[in-house]
Amino acid sequence: MADTLTPVLTANWGDERAWKLANYERRDGYQGLRRALTMEPAEVVALVKDSGLRGRGGAGFPTGMKWSFIPQDNPKPKYLVVNADESEPGTCKDIPLMMASPHTLVEGVIISAYAINCHTAFIYVRGEVLHVVRRVQQAVREAYSAGYAGKNILGSGYDLDIVVHAGAGAYICGEETALLDSLEGRRGQPRLRPPFPAVAGLYASPTVINNVESISSVPAIVRGGAEWFSSMGTEKSKGMTIYSLSGHVRNTGQFEAPLGITLRQLLELAGGMREGHRLKFWTPGGSSTPILTPEHLDVPLDYEGVAGVRSMLGTKALQCFDETTSVVRAVLRWTEFYKHESCGKCTPCREGTWWLVQILSRLEAGRGEPGDIEKLLDLCENILGRSFCALGDGATSPISSAIQHFRDEFEAGMHTPAWELFPYEASRRFAPAPATAGAGA
Amino acid sequence: MTVTDGTRAGELEKREDLVTLTIDDVEVSVPKGTLVIRAAELIGVEIPRFCDHPLLDPVGACRQCLVEVPDMGNGRGMPKPQASCTLEVMPGMQIRTQFSSSVADKAQRGQMEFLLINHPLDCPICDKGGECPLQNQAMTRGSGESRFDGVKRTYPKPIRISSQVLLDRERCVLCARCTRFSEQVAGDPFIALVERGALQQVGIYERQPFESYFSGNTIQICPVGALTSSAYRFRSRPFDLVSTPSVGEHDACGSAIRVDHRRGTVMRRLSGDDPEVNEEWITDKDRFAFRYGRGADRLTTPLVRVTDESGASVLRPASWPEAIDAAVEGLRRAGTSVGVLTGGRLTLEDAYAYSKFARTVIGTNDIDFRARPHSSEEAAFLAAVVAGSGVSAEQPGGLRSASFADLEHASSVLMVCFEPEEEAGTVFLRLRKGFRKRGLRSWTIAPFLSPGARKAGAQLIATVPGGEAAAVSDLPDDVFDSLDADSVIIVGERAALQAGTLTAVLRVAEHTGARLAWIPRRAGDRGALDAGCLPTLLPGGRPVADATARVDAASVWGVESLPRGEGRDADEMLTATDDRSLDALVVAGIEPSDFADPAAVRAGLENAGFLISLETRTSEVTERADVVFPVSLVEEREGSFVNWEGRPRPFPTVISKPNALSDLRVLAALADGLGRDLGFRTAGQARSEFAEFAGWDGARVEQPAIDPPSRPEGDHPHLPHLPHWLHRLTTARPGGSPAPGTPLVLAGWRMALDDSRAVRAELDLLDTARRPVARVSPATAERAGLAGRVVVSSDRGSLAFPLEVTEGMVDGVVWVPVNAPGLSVPENLAAGAGDVVHVQAGQ
Repeated sequence: MADTLTPVLTANWGDERAWKLANYERRDGYQGLRRALTMEPAEVVALVKDSGLRGRGGAGFPTGMKWSFIPQDNPKPKYLVVNADESEPGTCKDIPLMMASPHTLVEGVIISAYAINCHTAFIYVRGEVLHVVRRVQQAVREAYSAGYAGKNILGSGYDLDIVVHAGAGAYICGEETALLDSLEGRRGQPRLRPPFPAVAGLYASPTVINNVESISSVPAIVRGGAEWFSSMGTEKSKGMTIYSLSGHVRNTGQFEAPLGITLRQLLELAGGMREGHRLKFWTPGGSSTPILTPEHLDVPLDYEGVAGVRSMLGTKALQCFDETTSVVRAVLRWTEFYKHESCGKCTPCREGTWWLVQILSRLEAGRGEPGDIEKLLDLCENILGRSFCALGDGATSPISSAIQHFRDEFEAGMHTPAWELFPYEASRRFAPAPATAGAGA
Repeated sequence: MTVTDGTRAGELEKREDLVTLTIDDVEVSVPKGTLVIRAAELIGVEIPRFCDHPLLDPVGACRQCLVEVPDMGNGRGMPKPQASCTLEVMPGMQIRTQFSSSVADKAQRGQMEFLLINHPLDCPICDKGGECPLQNQAMTRGSGESRFDGVKRTYPKPIRISSQVLLDRERCVLCARCTRFSEQVAGDPFIALVERGALQQVGIYERQPFESYFSGNTIQICPVGALTSSAYRFRSRPFDLVSTPSVGEHDACGSAIRVDHRRGTVMRRLSGDDPEVNEEWITDKDRFAFRYGRGADRLTTPLVRVTDESGASVLRPASWPEAIDAAVEGLRRAGTSVGVLTGGRLTLEDAYAYSKFARTVIGTNDIDFRARPHSSEEAAFLAAVVAGSGVSAEQPGGLRSASFADLEHASSVLMVCFEPEEEAGTVFLRLRKGFRKRGLRSWTIAPFLSPGARKAGAQLIATVPGGEAAAVSDLPDDVFDSLDADSVIIVGERAALQAGTLTAVLRVAEHTGARLAWIPRRAGDRGALDAGCLPTLLPGGRPVADATARVDAASVWGVESLPRGEGRDADEMLTATDDRSLDALVVAGIEPSDFADPAAVRAGLENAGFLISLETRTSEVTERADVVFPVSLVEEREGSFVNWEGRPRPFPTVISKPNALSDLRVLAALADGLGRDLGFRTAGQARSEFAEFAGWDGARVEQPAIDPPSRPEGDHPHLPHLPHWLHRLTTARPGGSPAPGTPLVLAGWRMALDDSRAVRAELDLLDTARRPVARVSPATAERAGLAGRVVVSSDRGSLAFPLEVTEGMVDGVVWVPVNAPGLSVPENLAAGAGDVVHVQAGQ
């Protein structure tokens, strides 16, 4: 693994007005597209396959393989849908990417669409981030006027329309089939599979759904080649990626590194935990991935490495909590999120989160009852692998992993409120916002 | 619940694409595509479920039916339990249900526990308690005690989803059966799941209320007590009810229903389960309209006409013997000059009794069941090719009849003068199923594409009323070419009004080999036809005019001979009372307002020298009768209907009332009084005797041969040129001044829910009726200056309707519902489809 960081995705983020087309082009922007258009679509698919790029949305499915599932003999139109509904607690890589360098995404969209013979691509952006929606819309507009999108792109004869669609604020719409329903104008709830989106996705047509970061990695792969890309990372987890550090870290933010870097190394880059404090627990990939502890500081942060310690790489959202933090409190907040965001379609996620919140709340308040911990674990067992989509599974991860690592704190919840064990102001990162009028701005 | 995979009856044995898998160590072979939950049922393993329903698309939402899959058939197992309601069988697959897998068992118990945490467990006050899938499965598959000690989700209750359907949200387990039924089966997506998480709930859109003709089915398939009906809510407990399987009497579909009664009163009706007929669905009318016999108008004693002290002629209650004597006396005086008019409420057995009574007791062929607009062409059509034919069988003249399954699996369907959703609800559901599942192509010859036709996937062959015969004779090439031996041509009873239409339908059916279905509106019509309640017809399709047929019938009936000449139809009989060429009438189950000219019917009844009425409730006929016999309601008698397929639909007595007499029992008493023997006293005896009429292969009544009027030509601004309209236009108004407004051709049909006497007391049901509107095409609206409200006039009167300008409608036509409450077209306009009316803008 590389010792020195050579940023690719984030290389231009510090540039003056990096989001403008001219500035992007100055950095070899759209050179990948020019090269891709000289290749056969199938060659582009093969190139991405060879690069070993795996989905950056969390599951790590090989991107090129996903593209090759699109049945090219299907007479229906093919669609590319970019999942930019970044909503996972702790995850903040796609939104900064789209803010800083939307053209990286747009170029990736055009190359990827070309590769799968798609003529209409959609970017489904989380609805709450209006500023991001506007920025991506602006970038798409610029791409159209520069001839990178629309009819006869760069004289190649290839046509592509790009639609930027704003969601309406539902976590479930990050689940790819729920996203498709939402995009079609329905209420976002996951669909039954099969049929898989590659066969019958958007408007019952073959559809590829990729994460923003996956698609944004494509231009660099086309420019640098598969060999260059796969020279980064580890054996089965190739290339660079964006790690997002948040929480009680001195310098929070996005850190681009080859896959396989460890949290210890990332914390060094980030200046360590905040002054005078030490790491207590962390999530490797957002709140849906089982939490880890300082003993996992040297686990390589690639798909296999994190799976090896029974968690998941997920979205590489490293939420780091120091010793002032109540695990029970953190887990309750996450569970409240899942209860609020459960779409309601399936019983275990809908009813289970409703119940889990009630038990966790009394544990936080020190009013836990004997058997609550076992009940929590049993309920998690009845949700995990029983729900309709992966969101139900994700809701159980923080609870069962927290009990595994910090059972004593849950036991303390039988008699002592969490705010007494871990005074909440001690773990506060920012001063509370003054409760004055107009604070909602 | 039934396993229906859409195959026609009898086809299952032929299937070769069977997949063999193992469930709980038991090997089972099932057709490819079968779901695991269904395959398990076949070996007697019931996997608990809520969202699963065999007639709805799988959704996999409730997660109750989780099973362990140690082998998908490819040697690999599934790491997680799988929902067996969405999992298709694979060869070599291994399944372990709750009976052989602790993982599946725990998964199911876990889901059951989750479902109950937000459920109020108010079974003691819930309508569903005692017949509730949640209650039953929680008792058999759930834990005895809940581990949940938290706060349940609660809601204000109930919500009125429609006037008929109420929702208690806290009971709902969010299985989406009701929303899927409405969207998929009925095509009325007026309810949907809204909100999310545990607050997800069934919601309505206020501007598109849940006005579906099939909404009651959602109550029945609700696996909990979340949906209840306003008619039944809090009325009774399931375990206090006695259930009787029966048959819907409100249309000609013969839908299987279940009638639940308590202490002599019917409390509710549910859909039965008959995969060959109505599957598991019925119309709201069949479900909710069952209290029509409970009003003050129910006849309870015989009545005879007497002159009271003041000299006025009045009906007074009489004993049965007195009434029978009075009736016998009247009939004896009239001799053979007696006409018999029977309506649509009759069972096959009763109709057969009237048919035999007319021939063997009175000695006349003056009998007609068509208490509605009819024609001699129709009589010939029915007698020649419909009477006595079997289900999906060869008919006389090389034709073939059709069944529900034939409709669903048809290569194409052509509808003539027939609106499935309005006139035969479960036919509509089957057509829609064929369209949804198989892309069934269908066309309708109609003035506009009705909402029902659209939901069934039909395309419009826009036709001016009166132009149907020409339209059928000259079908567009693609329609004609698509008609083959697997097609079905459906013709409705309204075709009788349009000369040449039935002739043209016969010719097309003969030419293309398509199956032919005649679908009337009323439950009793097809049985009456088979029983020979036509002036030209004896039972079983035997022509009156054929000597062999008469001898045949006479031998069954044990009489010397039968009256020879063909009789008079209903209109002719009602006219004949005027000149005394007919002295007496025996009338059952007719309403003057169902005829084209109700005033003429009333006059005909009044002119009758002697009028006997057999009826359940007071009516315009009983008011004019000399003797009235109260007969039993459908629920008080046994018998059978014959549905449009020709399928016998027997039903037992639901409520046994010792003093309730059916029509046939009264007729037997009259026959006795006249010194003759009707030969039977019970429905069973009548049915056995009628069975002897089966299998007639002799001569048939000749098929009708009415030339269709020429196809409209020319570009008259409002009126297409059709000779017979001009004829009506010039003769309809002798000496009268022309009505104001633009002349337009009238179109219309009866709606499923309208001013029929069966539903008049069912206010909640009527509340979901379609709003009465008049429809014209945009061009016609513009040319005639119509907007807002319109007034439709004939020389007899006028009616006002809100106007709905309808895209795609044929020009020069105004459509109105025929019998909307207070807006009866026959009563007010005495006009029918194809007549010219005048339309002007109204206030």
